[in-house]
Amino acid sequence: MKAELERLTDRAAADGLLDVAYATFDSPYGRLLVATTPRGLVKVGLPAYDPDDTLEDLAARISPRMLEAPAQLDEVRRQLDLYFKGRLREFDLALDWRLSTGFRRRALRAIDRIPYGQTRSYTQIATSAGNERAVRAAGTACGANPIPIVVPCHRVLRSGGALGGYGGGLPMKEALLELEGVLDGHSSG
Amino acid sequence: MTALPPFQALLDEHATDVMAVLRGAVGRADAEDCFQETFLAALRAYPKLGDDRNLRGWLLTIAHRKAIDHHRANGRRPLPVAEVEEAAGAIELPRDDGIWILVGALPPKQRAAVALRYACDLPHAEIAAALGCSPDAARRSLHEGMKRLRKELA
Repeated sequence: MKAELERLTDRAAADGLLDVAYATFDSPYGRLLVATTPRGLVKVGLPAYDPDDTLEDLAARISPRMLEAPAQLDEVRRQLDLYFKGRLREFDLALDWRLSTGFRRRALRAIDRIPYGQTRSYTQIATSAGNERAVRAAGTACGANPIPIVVPCHRVLRSGGALGGYGGGLPMKEALLELEGVLDGHSSG
Repeated sequence: MTALPPFQALLDEHATDVMAVLRGAVGRADAEDCFQETFLAALRAYPKLGDDRNLRGWLLTIAHRKAIDHHRANGRRPLPVAEVEEAAGAIELPRDDGIWILVGALPPKQRAAVALRYACDLPHAEIAAALGCSPDAARRSLHEGMKRLRKELA
């Protein structure tokens, strides 16, 4: 049956019937769910979240025409693997921003421009997104980031340098900042 | 009505049954093509489906139609059993496929009813939904099909 299902997935993609392709794979932080549309990477589900909930949410918000199609996500997986090994500093992936709108999307685009190994404050992100007083909303935008790791919301800290929050849990935020050489592995927020 | 589940869930839950029905309906060799056609058609129609209550019946209905299309395209009438057995010798079917060769030789409605009942374990009401007929008619098709099979096997 496996061969039949693979053939079906390939044909669905070729016929433009695959609106969302997804895959799960292991990372140093636990199992990740990744999903792509024909436009680009639309979702990275961190280990802290139930993949089934995430898939149902994507079906409702984008399209129920979703298939598990690891081949469609080979490049995403390759770049994430390299990043986790410290061998990739900048992702080169098409992104589909449709799950964020308005201020949140502007904030996430600002976050997407923070270089590897650097950090910004929530206030700086609010300013970049066009409203310097919307600091709390900038924090919410980080928390609602549909494409974490690739859109590096872990690089956003409180103004005093405290870690702030992270949807995947603070230990993961710390680990990613250590990986990028921002934290020395002993400090804490 | 709740939101439609990701299509992958339909594959996970029903692909094996759809394949079993198609093997019963068109034979092992052609079931794979009908399987692809069934799920591609389902995928095409899926976002417009208003109701998620009987996704299994919906898939089996599409499978049934694809099996009928297949028979029409081949211009084939159900083969007399003697001919099927002769042909089957050449393609070396596993032994337990023997009964499905006989099922495959039944008239379309009987064939579908028997396959849905015994390959998929569907109740009469769902067989009726899949065939687009009344539960009584589904029961009759099943009964007639079984009667013929018993006669062939006697």
